[in-house]
Amino acid sequence: MSSLEIKNLHVSTGDKEIVKGVTLTINTGEIHAVMGPNGTGKSTMAKAIAGHPDYIITEGDVLIDGKSILEKESDERAREGIFLAFQYPSEIPGVSIANFLRAAIQARMAEGEEIDASAYYKRLYQKMDLLKIDRKFTARAVNEGFSGGEKKRSEILQMAMLEPRFALMDETDSGLDIDALRIVSDGVNSLRGPNLGILLITHYQRLLSYIVPDHVHVMIDGRIVKSGDKSLALELEARGYDWVKHEFANA
Amino acid sequence: MASSGPVSAPVADLVGAFTPAVFARHINANSTAHAWWLERKRAAYARFESLPMPSRTDEAWRFSTLAGVALGGYAPSPEGAAAATPPALAVESAATLSFVNGRLSGSSPVSADLAKRGVVVSTLSDALARHPGLLREHFMAQPQKLGSAKFAALHEAFIQDGAFIHVPRGVEVDKPIVVVHGASGAGAAVFPHTLVIAEDNSRVTVVDHFVSEGESRQFACGANDLYAGHGARITYAAAQCWSFETLSLQFNSTVVRRDARVQSLNLHLGGRQARHESLSQLQAPGGFSEMLALTIAAGSREYDQRTLQIHQAPNTKSDLLYKNALLDKSRTIFSGLIVVDPDAQKTDAYQSNRNLMLSDDAESNSLPGLEIQANDVRCTHGATSSRIDPEQEFYLKSRGIPPKAADELLIFGFFEEVLSRLESEALHDALRTLIRTRIQS
Ligand SMILES: Nc1ncnc2c1ncn2[C@@H]1O[C@H](COP(=O)(O)OP(=O)(O)OP(=O)(O)O)[C@@H](O)[C@H]1O
Ligand SMILES: [Mg+2]
Repeated sequence: MSSLEIKNLHVSTGDKEIVKGVTLTINTGEIHAVMGPNGTGKSTMAKAIAGHPDYIITEGDVLIDGKSILEKESDERAREGIFLAFQYPSEIPGVSIANFLRAAIQARMAEGEEIDASAYYKRLYQKMDLLKIDRKFTARAVNEGFSGGEKKRSEILQMAMLEPRFALMDETDSGLDIDALRIVSDGVNSLRGPNLGILLITHYQRLLSYIVPDHVHVMIDGRIVKSGDKSLALELEARGYDWVKHEFANA
Repeated sequence: MASSGPVSAPVADLVGAFTPAVFARHINANSTAHAWWLERKRAAYARFESLPMPSRTDEAWRFSTLAGVALGGYAPSPEGAAAATPPALAVESAATLSFVNGRLSGSSPVSADLAKRGVVVSTLSDALARHPGLLREHFMAQPQKLGSAKFAALHEAFIQDGAFIHVPRGVEVDKPIVVVHGASGAGAAVFPHTLVIAEDNSRVTVVDHFVSEGESRQFACGANDLYAGHGARITYAAAQCWSFETLSLQFNSTVVRRDARVQSLNLHLGGRQARHESLSQLQAPGGFSEMLALTIAAGSREYDQRTLQIHQAPNTKSDLLYKNALLDKSRTIFSGLIVVDPDAQKTDAYQSNRNLMLSDDAESNSLPGLEIQANDVRCTHGATSSRIDPEQEFYLKSRGIPPKAADELLIFGFFEEVLSRLESEALHDALRTLIRTRIQS
């Protein structure tokens, strides 16, 4: 078992503090949902963990199996097993999905070791079939001209191919139609297991009825103000965030 | 000798290593060549000797590092070492010719069938004996309008040999004809040449591959002439992979006749300082010239590209797209001019130079220009410089791709728009592989 520990994490951009002391431990095999109003710092936290250069960690630590990853570059963190499924994935014109994923897999191999191309394509097609992505997509440039839903599916395809230990999934459900939500959820559930820990950022209880979380956390104004089990998500859906804010303010 | 009169530049500065004595030796060594050839060489040398070196005030050399084109310290076309068999491009070819220091070092002939249909892939010296008329008509027959008349004359004076490709009327050659021009030895000056004559309604693909043996300092002064007859179609690709110590000057001339189409792609992957001049003349209605180039500028190298699209007849089209990827402290210069003659109505001309800046210390210069004398035309030109988008870079790195490999992917992504214009997938793949090896070297 591995663990991703987020310890008293403070994140700033410019001189504005956005994440104000988050502590959370994700073990492989677990799914943690993070919910919270717009602009409370959920994406910022996820991007800071993945090593985005715009976000400065001013205090706290992020550790994998007890070892801090903060000194590592984003690409090293990814090779350590962190995967960020972006809320807004970038378009990379001229770079096909097939070549992109190949480079990502190649980066995980030892010096001098080469990808077995036929095995690679076999695996790629198998994952694409699972996510009901047309095989023609392999030749298309990464995310270029993709619909919102296609982008999200392509994020999950990458996750399936790269087999991270810890996936930070940022609103992977937004922009998906009902069928796509089902397909993506099935895809994520098929990856679920003792070797994968997931941090699932979402606004909707609906996703959590497909991908059932072990823990649910509420993030407000850069802090986790309440944690519970999956029933917390149902309660939020029914009552909104105000009561949590009040509860927190009065605590 | 009187010491009065106007002060002129010392002769050494005008001719560098290419002194009259050196030229005389060159002529002696080639004394058995065709009289017409030798006559041309003598006339060319006289032009070379008398023309001034480019100067600061020369608009055609604006932004260029003039010190870099000094001609001292080279020896013209020494016999190449026998070992210098340059690596071949990984593509199935219809025929090959390999030269080292301007001398034929190997070849594979066209198929019996193509030979029977009259396709000639030979040396220029063979062609001089067998097809003198064609040579007289097409060899260096076009004006030098882009600033290097002096160096083109030097090329003509010292050219040792080169490739001659003639495709008769209506004949189509499917696979590319590959010409390798090698340079061997420190200080070697080479004068590579490829002449392609595609007669009416013929079709041919030619690849020039320029390679140095080792990393020595060399001087390459090359030219290529492309002639596309009525309805002919030429695809021409050149991969400039000279050593990173080499000064490279290369002159292209393309003549496009009625309904003909020429697509040229120049890859600039080598050289310390490389200048490429490209002239397309659209001489008859329906002609189309597609001019493409990709450059990887790294280190403190300089790539200098000068282009001219001349529309001399109505209903002609030209489409230029030059893309540069700049790293480290490199420099690029692009200067392009579209000229539309008064009666070239319905011209459709496009010119675009795009620079991808991968370093804050790199410098790109763009000088696009138009000279339009007809009133019913469509001409567009533009130049852009952009940095790598940090979000794209983060996206790639977040997948575990290291910075160097991420840059490489982004460069390929940037280049793909040009590479995808090649119809032949095999050629596309071979050139991609070549680019990759050069990036990683
Ligand atoms: N690069 C940046 N520069 C300036 N402000 C930023 C930057 N990134 C995020 N912010 C600000 O930080 C706050 C938190 O943003 P973040 O994207 O983390 O919110 P979120 O919780 O993911 O919201 P949503 O639910 O809308 O996705 C917002 O006010 C946002 O404008
Ligand atoms: Mg967000």
